[in-house]
Amino acid sequence: MSKEWPLWEIFIRGQHGMSHRHVGSLHAPDEEMAIKNARDVYTRRNEGVSIWVVEAKHIAASSPEEKGPLYEPSNSKVYRHPTFFDIPDEVGHM
Amino acid sequence: MTDQDALFQFLLRMGDNTLVLGHRVSEWCGVSPVLEEDIALANTALDMIGQTQFWLGLAGEVEGKGRSADDLAFLRDVWDFRNVLLVELPNGDFGQTLMRQFLFDAWASTMLGRLMYSSDKRVADIAEKASKEVAYHVERSADTVVGLGDGTPESHAKMQAALDLLYPYVGELFESDAVDAAMVSAGIAPDPASLRDDYDTLIKRVLSEATLNVPASKFTHKGGRTGYMHTEHLGHMLTQMQWLQRAYPGATW
Amino acid sequence: MYAQLVKTAGSGVKSREEMSENEQDFQDRVDSDQKIEPKDWMPDDYRATLIRQIGQHAHSEIVGQLPEGNWITRAPTLERKAILLAKVQDEAGHGLYLYCAAETLGVTRDELTEELLSGRMKYSSIFNYPTLNWADIGAVGWLVDGAAIMNQVPLQRTSYGPYSRAMIRICKEESFHQRQGYDIMMKMAQGTEAQKKMAQDALNRLWYPSLMMFGPSDKDSVHSAQSLAWKIKIDTNDELRQRFVDQTVPQAKYLGLTIPDENLKWNEERGAHDYSDPNWAEFFDVIKGNGPCNTDRMNTRIKAWEDGAWVREGLMAHADKKAARKQAMTAAE
Repeated sequence: MSKEWPLWEIFIRGQHGMSHRHVGSLHAPDEEMAIKNARDVYTRRNEGVSIWVVEAKHIAASSPEEKGPLYEPSNSKVYRHPTFFDIPDEVGHM
Repeated sequence: MTDQDALFQFLLRMGDNTLVLGHRVSEWCGVSPVLEEDIALANTALDMIGQTQFWLGLAGEVEGKGRSADDLAFLRDVWDFRNVLLVELPNGDFGQTLMRQFLFDAWASTMLGRLMYSSDKRVADIAEKASKEVAYHVERSADTVVGLGDGTPESHAKMQAALDLLYPYVGELFESDAVDAAMVSAGIAPDPASLRDDYDTLIKRVLSEATLNVPASKFTHKGGRTGYMHTEHLGHMLTQMQWLQRAYPGATW
Repeated sequence: MYAQLVKTAGSGVKSREEMSENEQDFQDRVDSDQKIEPKDWMPDDYRATLIRQIGQHAHSEIVGQLPEGNWITRAPTLERKAILLAKVQDEAGHGLYLYCAAETLGVTRDELTEELLSGRMKYSSIFNYPTLNWADIGAVGWLVDGAAIMNQVPLQRTSYGPYSRAMIRICKEESFHQRQGYDIMMKMAQGTEAQKKMAQDALNRLWYPSLMMFGPSDKDSVHSAQSLAWKIKIDTNDELRQRFVDQTVPQAKYLGLTIPDENLKWNEERGAHDYSDPNWAEFFDVIKGNGPCNTDRMNTRIKAWEDGAWVREGLMAHADKKAARKQAMTAAE
């Protein structure tokens, strides 16, 4: 079997000014072709205006065992969420 | 030949090129070398089918006999087709298909760039929409030609063979006749011959990057855009493409 | 359903006591509808079963391009040609998404492709039936995509994150497929006598193969019980098939077409239609390779793969050369 094209992770920013979002993956021989393939595969329905591609092997990911230490501390910082604060109705929208 | 006749012929040439090439490219659906290419080729074919609807739709309107784009696509015989021979040639292998696509895209991008300034607003509008699509087609087909030309010895040999086979069909894109003269004098379309320099610059850059040699012979096969003499291949293509419309006349699909 | 007769690895559902601590945690997460992600711990059998199921699903999309692709060059109008091409292109996209989902489990697309081409992995039996007239393209969209959607909508909730996300994207794109099929059927059923004949002919040939798509009854299967517990299967085959029949009967009636089943009737007591089982002997023949189109389909895929090898290698070689040149330039600076 010949060498398989590398796997790329595709991130697309849509029309509405949101951040790039991971939409899926594909294979391509290099980054230029990865961008073109992403355009053909992942924007067939006008989904995006900007494409990022990252070769999958270059993505560093947190490991599941660290899920506790990484994310649980933020659970206790409830004051980061607006609903933590009671604002009297008469103050109006805030 | 009245101006309307000439315009009709010109629009058939534009529409038949995209109709026939779009059909050829669609033959790859499901059997391309890799899924990503399958999807990309289908996009190219879809763009060309869409362009066909515009060009032939306008052709029918200009002709004024009530023929729709579908009537023109499905109910004319070989001698009434006005596409260049290049686009009706069989696909061959993937490299040959992409070489043909590049040689056509390079012409189409140059042509549409000029047509955007056509004195006929309907033509200019179609050209503006199509030129965005074709700008991407030519980028993609050029990349593939470069990648395969400058790939393995095997892919290089196949691409050189494809270029040798197809290059003699390129010249027809730049032929001029009375139809073209009428388009030039009405300010509707440029003289095809005037596109050649830009075209040569573009393809020479890409083919050189692809490490391929442009054949020296200036010989040109022609007869498609005048309808005088197509290849045998077009008739076979039409027997498939037009089968349902011919076998069941008057049905609505 | 594009994944039929997927053999679930393992020996059936384990009791709580039989499970290791990891397995218990895993099952708790599945039970509480948390998604399992690629780097999470998962039972080997779960991984193996998912690779089979997602792989088979992906293969079905790719082979499924062929019966419909059979009519792209003969579509009767420019618009129909464009719609059909866009649809078959979507199938390629769906295959691509699913292969990528399978790849997160530690198998490559090339490996899965080799499994398909060597016959070790299967694809849905439905694609071994031919498309013989234009109404078949309508019927495939209406019935085959209709049956597939029936299975795929619940699979959006499947426990494996990448599979679930692929299904969500697929379902979103697929929504036009069944409608375009029914739209063709309406035109045919309201058309000339010849068109009506084509429509009925298509329904006659594709009805039972569509029912087979859900696979044989699995209500007593230990394998299915395990897949259900892992939430990689959401409903039983019979539940899905019944839902499909109940949904399709009024649609056929609207078209004025006759479903080829004398026993088909509304059962007031069950609140569902009674219907005849497909011929399961035929189903197993098709699965074994003896359907009308098995050989053609496989030969087409093998030829495409082999003919494309020089293209895949050529473009890869060019990318390697380009990277090497870039590196040499950086080193020289």
